[in-house]
Amino acid sequence: QTFSLPDLPYDYGALEPAISGEIMQLHHQKHHQTYITNYNKALEQLNDAIEKGDSAAVVKLQSAIKFNGGGHVNHSIFWKNLAPVREGGGELPHGSLGWAIDADFGSLEKLIQLMNAEGAALRGSGWVWLALDKELKKLVVETTANQDPLVTKGPTLVPLLGIDVWEHAYYLQYKNVRPDYLKNIWKVMNWKYASEVYAKECPSS
Amino acid sequence: MVPAAATAASLNCALFHRQGGLNRATRGLQWTKKQCTRKPGPAIITAKFELKPPPYPLNALEPHMSKDTLEYHWGKHHRAYVDNLNKQIVGTELDSMPLEDVVIVTYNKGDMLPAFNNAAQAWNHEFFWGCMKPGGGGKPSGELLQLIERDFGSFEKFVEEFKSAAATQFGSGWAWLVYKANRLDVENAVNPRPLEEDKKLVVVKSSNAVNPLVWDYSPLLTIDVWEHAYYLDFQNRRPDYISTFMEKLVSWEAASARLEVAKAQAAEREKEQRKRDEAEDIQGSEAVEMYVDGETEDSGAD
Repeated sequence: QTFSLPDLPYDYGALEPAISGEIMQLHHQKHHQTYITNYNKALEQLNDAIEKGDSAAVVKLQSAIKFNGGGHVNHSIFWKNLAPVREGGGELPHGSLGWAIDADFGSLEKLIQLMNAEGAALRGSGWVWLALDKELKKLVVETTANQDPLVTKGPTLVPLLGIDVWEHAYYLQYKNVRPDYLKNIWKVMNWKYASEVYAKECPSS
Repeated sequence: MVPAAATAASLNCALFHRQGGLNRATRGLQWTKKQCTRKPGPAIITAKFELKPPPYPLNALEPHMSKDTLEYHWGKHHRAYVDNLNKQIVGTELDSMPLEDVVIVTYNKGDMLPAFNNAAQAWNHEFFWGCMKPGGGGKPSGELLQLIERDFGSFEKFVEEFKSAAATQFGSGWAWLVYKANRLDVENAVNPRPLEEDKKLVVVKSSNAVNPLVWDYSPLLTIDVWEHAYYLDFQNRRPDYISTFMEKLVSWEAASARLEVAKAQAAEREKEQRKRDEAEDIQGSEAVEMYVDGETEDSGAD
């Protein structure tokens, strides 16, 4: 199976002024596409190696699969996490997710504060996540390095929202001021998507 | 603008500080949290590390590296590392040490102490500016070229390996040409008897703030591959940035100067090691003599 670049559910400029059209286009067409291209290549090499029984090659390919496969997984979620304001971007979560946020973090403001702090403190490249721990039935904030998918932090973690804090996600617009990017991205956060994922995992009885 | 000569001299001083100020005993010290936290006291004196300007004006690397990039990269990123480092170490033991020593001590064999990130990044960036010059590029000459040809096969093969390391450092990090004086690749071991054959040039890459000082290598050349280093000028096109760096920016004079310093340091360490070994040998033989002269339990008595 080969993977291909998913379409963005909105125009490149639709998230302005929170995220510039220039960034969205580069991020989608160049960065995400490159992860997919390299992921496909690595998978092909992996299949070859498995068929030949070349275990050393299988092991050697793991990092390329993690980097590029992880990049594909994470960015596919990311595009769905964002929405133009006119399509509900920034609208606060209601229903079961809203209550869970209050229960597990005290308030939405506290959750946002925590995610922004974790995102700003993350060294180098990575992601900050709002996750559901399926087993503990709790919401948690997690970070992952580079393109490690959330599941590498725990097999029971389900991503609800992820914020890309690699410099390519914000540099052209925000330069070194990552905290401003983090402050503004909430204006286009697609809480509807997060609520749907949450409701599916935790259907209210 | 800081004259290039002055910058080279201050770089040499920093490197000799490392050699003189950090012997193996210090390396073995356990730096407890207590020693690295601030002592209470009267008015805060700011810690001493300075943000030195690059050895050329901020627009001097155009069009290969824009003034904008230098203004943000040096003026914001590098400045923040220095300012935050000073805040972290003021009033602690780390405040009295040369920057290279702070890097090695806070690396703490991989269990990094809080100041490591800022210390290493402060060091890395100061080093990086010195790796470039207006009108850079071309080929090295003299001994550096000889060693490159010896250890990589050819200058072109070295360039290929260096560019590949820079392109495949995933996420944030650096690629390096280093002078390796010890054969052993085991993390905590130091080769007790480095031979001439052990010493060679190697390309390595590191992630985030890590640099080869912590592996006991002597860096000769680096390229910053954090996205902030190239995004304004090249966006996602890291390979183009790397090629431009090699063809138009790299200062081989600076790298050659560092090779001289690295070799001198290695020779100095060997000399000191030989002295220590001789001292131990003398002690050892004295002990044997004492044993033979005196009566022992094993002297064959029934």
